[in-house]
Amino acid sequence: MQADIDFSHYLKNAGTGLIHLDLAVEGINCAGCMAKIERNLSAIPDVTSARVNLTDSRLALEWKAGALDPALFVSRLAELGFKAYPFERDDAETLEAQRAQGLLRRLGVAAFAAMNVMMLSIPVWSGNVSDMLPEQRDFFHWLSALIVLPAAAYSAQPFFSSALSALRARGVNMDVPISIGIVLALATSVIETINHAEHAYFDAAIMLIAFLLAGRYLDQNMRRRTRAFAGNLAALKAETATKFISATEIRTVPAAAIRPGDIVLLRPGERCAVDGNVIEGRSEVDQSLITGETLPAMAAPGSAVFAGTLIRSGTLRVRASAASGGTLLDEISRLLDHALQARSRYLRLAERASRLYAPVVHATAFLTLLGWLAYGATFHDSIVTAIAVLIITCPCALGLAIPAVQTVASGTLFGSGVLLNAGDAIERIAEVDRVIFDKTGTLTLPELDVTNFASIPDDVIELAGRLALSSRHPVAAAVARAAGAAAPLPGIEEDPGQGVHGYHQGHPIRLGRPSFCGADSLANELLHRDPEASVVAFSHGDTRHVFAVRQKLRADAADVVSGLERLGLAVEIVSGDREPAVRLAAETLGIHEWRAGVSPVDKIARIEELARQGCKVLMVGDGLNDAPALAAAHASMSPVSATHVSQAVADAVFLGERLAPVRTAIVVSRKALRLMRQNLWLAVVYNVLAVPIAIAGLVTPLIAAAAMSGSSVLVMLNAMRARGRGTV
Amino acid sequence: MEVLVYLVPLALALGFVGLLGFLWSLKSGQYDDLDGAAWRAIADDEPANDQGPSK
Repeated sequence: MQADIDFSHYLKNAGTGLIHLDLAVEGINCAGCMAKIERNLSAIPDVTSARVNLTDSRLALEWKAGALDPALFVSRLAELGFKAYPFERDDAETLEAQRAQGLLRRLGVAAFAAMNVMMLSIPVWSGNVSDMLPEQRDFFHWLSALIVLPAAAYSAQPFFSSALSALRARGVNMDVPISIGIVLALATSVIETINHAEHAYFDAAIMLIAFLLAGRYLDQNMRRRTRAFAGNLAALKAETATKFISATEIRTVPAAAIRPGDIVLLRPGERCAVDGNVIEGRSEVDQSLITGETLPAMAAPGSAVFAGTLIRSGTLRVRASAASGGTLLDEISRLLDHALQARSRYLRLAERASRLYAPVVHATAFLTLLGWLAYGATFHDSIVTAIAVLIITCPCALGLAIPAVQTVASGTLFGSGVLLNAGDAIERIAEVDRVIFDKTGTLTLPELDVTNFASIPDDVIELAGRLALSSRHPVAAAVARAAGAAAPLPGIEEDPGQGVHGYHQGHPIRLGRPSFCGADSLANELLHRDPEASVVAFSHGDTRHVFAVRQKLRADAADVVSGLERLGLAVEIVSGDREPAVRLAAETLGIHEWRAGVSPVDKIARIEELARQGCKVLMVGDGLNDAPALAAAHASMSPVSATHVSQAVADAVFLGERLAPVRTAIVVSRKALRLMRQNLWLAVVYNVLAVPIAIAGLVTPLIAAAAMSGSSVLVMLNAMRARGRGTV
Repeated sequence: MEVLVYLVPLALALGFVGLLGFLWSLKSGQYDDLDGAAWRAIADDEPANDQGPSK
């Protein structure tokens, strides 16, 4: 099927007659795969370069224009056992990658400057107690200034600009005391050097910058990696659309290449990849991914369909629209804007800490100045001591305390299938005391499954599965998938809207609507027991059976729910689906609080009501109708099968068919938050020990440098504890 | 101590060369795939990059 895709959207001109294509490749996880792919693809004539990126599971190809069909690469990779999909870096990922590279460049500059300055500082430190001439010391200080001032001006810009924007918004963040510390340390050092004094803090200042940049880079790199992984996931979904390129001709193109106004063909069994309005055709559609409603709806000319809608019976022609006129989408985007504004008011732990920290430190320095003046010291000595206090209290420890833990914890979460969208997500997820689940697609799997296999003989299951392979209807497809069928029966015909029929071993065989198979009474009996199921009937000669097809609960949902309750969290279901379906799910999972038939507005209202009562809610949902609630909740998670909008607003996205990542995320986040607090306390303890020395005027550049690296290493080591053990 | 006259510039120049080397390696994308780079070092041989008669 892949070979049909039109690649032209993804091909890039790499200059001098070369064409470039990026592929996201599933299943590259070792050096062997890397070598195998590169060797095989570079062996194709005209391919000039094939390079695998193991970190991001991607392959960059370049070949001479004209000769090759890009589909060849995909089929060659498939022969090697890898699924590959073309992809495009989105803007968000490009931005994160640029930021990471920028930070690494600044880190390089700061680290090289720090190394060179250390070479000059060690002679000064040892010379001060031996026989260094003051002229030599001044010379070394000036050299240090020559290296450090330009290096700091360049590499500390991220701190300066962040501090400036915080001050402009009349707030304080951690970068404000850091920037003040850096600027004062450098300014004092220059003045001291001019005055031929003994101590200059160039080395401490540049080392501080290098340590802090290392923390920032780690943080940014993790963010970049998550973004890249999310980009791959989007590519692996390989969303395509069948587009009319003229009145009668169709072509399969990537969904990303569809423009508003294009006309798209939707056939039974397909999932719609665009938002639009039906212009021709009628079909039952499954909108459960959008509204949470599991009962099929009817789409007719004029009605709106959304990306994620599953087409069940008929064929539709849809005109794609950018901003759909559909009231649902409009309403959701309005709710979403509102909710996102509210979230930006959340104050991160680092901001709260710096709000307390900055005034205390600055007041201490000021009091030191006054104290020494009152004691009778000269103005120069007093101000130098006060600045030493500021320098020593501007430790990397505080700047590293939180990003270091965040990096390690998000790495652990990444490993257990949770991708974080927001940097402060860990803090917010750790604080929650109530989890609200959406039902459809979140507690249940998005795919349909057969629930009554146990009551049907094995040979019937096998036969029905093989028969179902001839149908495109999603309910039949679920039977085929669940039966594990691989070999379709010969000579089967499809009766649109009814089912499939043919002959097997001399007897007529049918699969489809109960009336089509003469199994109405069996079907009614089954529907009486399980009113939510879709029924598909099977007949072979005189044997008749009915299959109940529905969305199944995730296998570990009940365990996760009870696990969450053991963690002391209240669990609740708020769903857009009808009451019987929600009641059944709630009873199966042992959840006592549930609400059914809830509109997007009411979902937000419920979350706001809980927030007023002081609850901190983790919303877990996947549908378009959940998106505003995801944004309004204190923290939010989405399964990877969720709609784009929901994934984009959720704090975290979890992979796979299991619900366990939700619990893991809470456990890891709680541990990480504890470590962040510990780290902040470590930084405070360090200050309590170091500040009296500074106030006493005993701090030398050597002490400042040692204290700075010592506390940073301590905080980093403590952060490492967020890894491993106790994550499950 | 006259030795400082050429030792200090030499040390600074070496540091500067190191920095330029780092910036070059950054620019040529050597930090883009750290996991892969670790394995490439011990790979048996480079994939045969047959460029045909043009080379």
